[in-house]
Amino acid sequence: MMEKKEVAVKVHGLTKYYGDFLAVDNVSFEVIKGEIFGFLGPNGAGKTTTIRIVTGILLPDKGKVEVSGIDTLKNPIAAKKIMGVVPEVCNVYVDLSARDNIMLMGKMYAVKRREREERAKELLQKFDLWERKEEKTRRFSRGMKQRLILAMCLIHQPEVLFLDEPTSGLDVKSSRMIRDILQELRSKGKTIFLTTHNIDEANILCDRVAIINKGRIVASDSPEQLKGAFQKTQSVEVSFNVTFADVNWMESIPEVNRCQRLGDKFKLYTQNPDALIKKLGEHAMKNNLHFTSLNTLGPSLEDVFLKLTEERETTDV
Amino acid sequence: MFKEQRFSNFIFNLRGSLVVAEKDARIYYLKPPVIIFGILFPVFFFLAFSLGRQVQTHILVPALVSMTLFFTSSSVGPLVTPWERGARTYERLLSTPVSLFAILLGDVLAGLVFGIVISFAPLLIGIIFFHTSILHSAIFLVGMVLSSLCFSSLGVLLSSPATEAPSQVMMLSALIRFPLIFISGIFIPLENLPSWGKAVSSVSPLTYSADLIRYSLYGLEFYPVFLNIIALLAFSIAFFTFAVKLHRKNLIKAL
Repeated sequence: MMEKKEVAVKVHGLTKYYGDFLAVDNVSFEVIKGEIFGFLGPNGAGKTTTIRIVTGILLPDKGKVEVSGIDTLKNPIAAKKIMGVVPEVCNVYVDLSARDNIMLMGKMYAVKRREREERAKELLQKFDLWERKEEKTRRFSRGMKQRLILAMCLIHQPEVLFLDEPTSGLDVKSSRMIRDILQELRSKGKTIFLTTHNIDEANILCDRVAIINKGRIVASDSPEQLKGAFQKTQSVEVSFNVTFADVNWMESIPEVNRCQRLGDKFKLYTQNPDALIKKLGEHAMKNNLHFTSLNTLGPSLEDVFLKLTEERETTDV
Repeated sequence: MFKEQRFSNFIFNLRGSLVVAEKDARIYYLKPPVIIFGILFPVFFFLAFSLGRQVQTHILVPALVSMTLFFTSSSVGPLVTPWERGARTYERLLSTPVSLFAILLGDVLAGLVFGIVISFAPLLIGIIFFHTSILHSAIFLVGMVLSSLCFSSLGVLLSSPATEAPSQVMMLSALIRFPLIFISGIFIPLENLPSWGKAVSSVSPLTYSADLIRYSLYGLEFYPVFLNIIALLAFSIAFFTFAVKLHRKNLIKAL
């Protein structure tokens, strides 16, 4: 018998207009308890508006949102108590120390003083900020501030986390630390709703993703299932011992749908990798070229994303 | 159950207001330039109007106290929200389990306490240099609290435009606050004003504040005490209600 999965976030028929502009168009999805759910979309697709409505910052024109069974429109205070939110446009109080920023958030969520102090210490150590805890955050780097923001949103031990572009523009160390902590939180049973336009991040972190474009959900599934549905976008990545200024010969191979230059390599999109590799081999023999590398690749989540968002644009035209 | 939930939310919001007030005090009010400006500006403004003129003590001291209350309570409030928007901390605040009403109430509370504390400075000037004494201490306290509440609510109302540029709000604030001083007739007894002057002065909350404080210090009043109290309460409620409505209306533009 299949185990019934508990739903942590339930969004139904969410619609939001800004004047005449339809920003979110009848969006519905569910986030299962304990999963990392990625919300992907190009800039201006409606990701931030959706997250703002789901977290109770904005009111929708239509639709319903439940977080852990609590209706966020009817009882936003109770719903917000169990949420941890990192908005896209967000900063710490630069005139307060790292510790005071965390303590302030603890007070906003009515965390008891002793617990507040213990958790603040724990979080500052976990996010590698303990050494600079008493320092005003004015001089902190962007990565340090973002780590602090995440620590601030964890002070009340929320059940569900909403993170809007949490690693956008960060250094490698901070991005990796945040990703590791998100995975650790998932292993502890926390539910994480993550908006991003970093496809690799979604691919690594998310159990399921939804792709939003022009205010509508265009696909929703696990990254691997989505990739599976787009087998047509397979590719062959090839490099030779010489570099070419002219790639017309590759583009003229009938099996090649699209040719993309990636540094000293070429990514050739095809529906028939086998025939394409044979043609490349023939050309290499004839012109005395040597393969430096040759890989066949399945569709990436980025390919799926581009395909879906492009398809929608074409349909709209 | 529903009632219990509402009560719990009320307590949570009230607590949130106090945390916001504490945050405002630490970040925006308790800065040496703000405190010094809060004391010096009304004193200089007062001196500019009173030096070389035969103004009686019972006019001077209440005018100075009420003007200090007016300037200090409404000085920082207009800037808090634009500063928060500019510093990108506003949305984070909105995502906490505290309503917009409670956040703004916290801003009002911070201005209220700051205004009352700073206004003890001109009162001390009155006591030391003009031998003023507090005649009706309860009325004096009510006058200080209500005046500060009213002016602080005005400050929060002025912070409602959807801008993150404090300079724009400063301009609006000056455009509203300075005319209020001039029409209040705080340096001229209300009874000496022509009838049109009395009518104009009645639209300024500063008029009722100065009249109430004058009564509490010297036992002299133009309007009955209860009318001054009702007027200050009505202005406070009106300013705060409009502030909440406008902040809510401008929320999308402000994010």
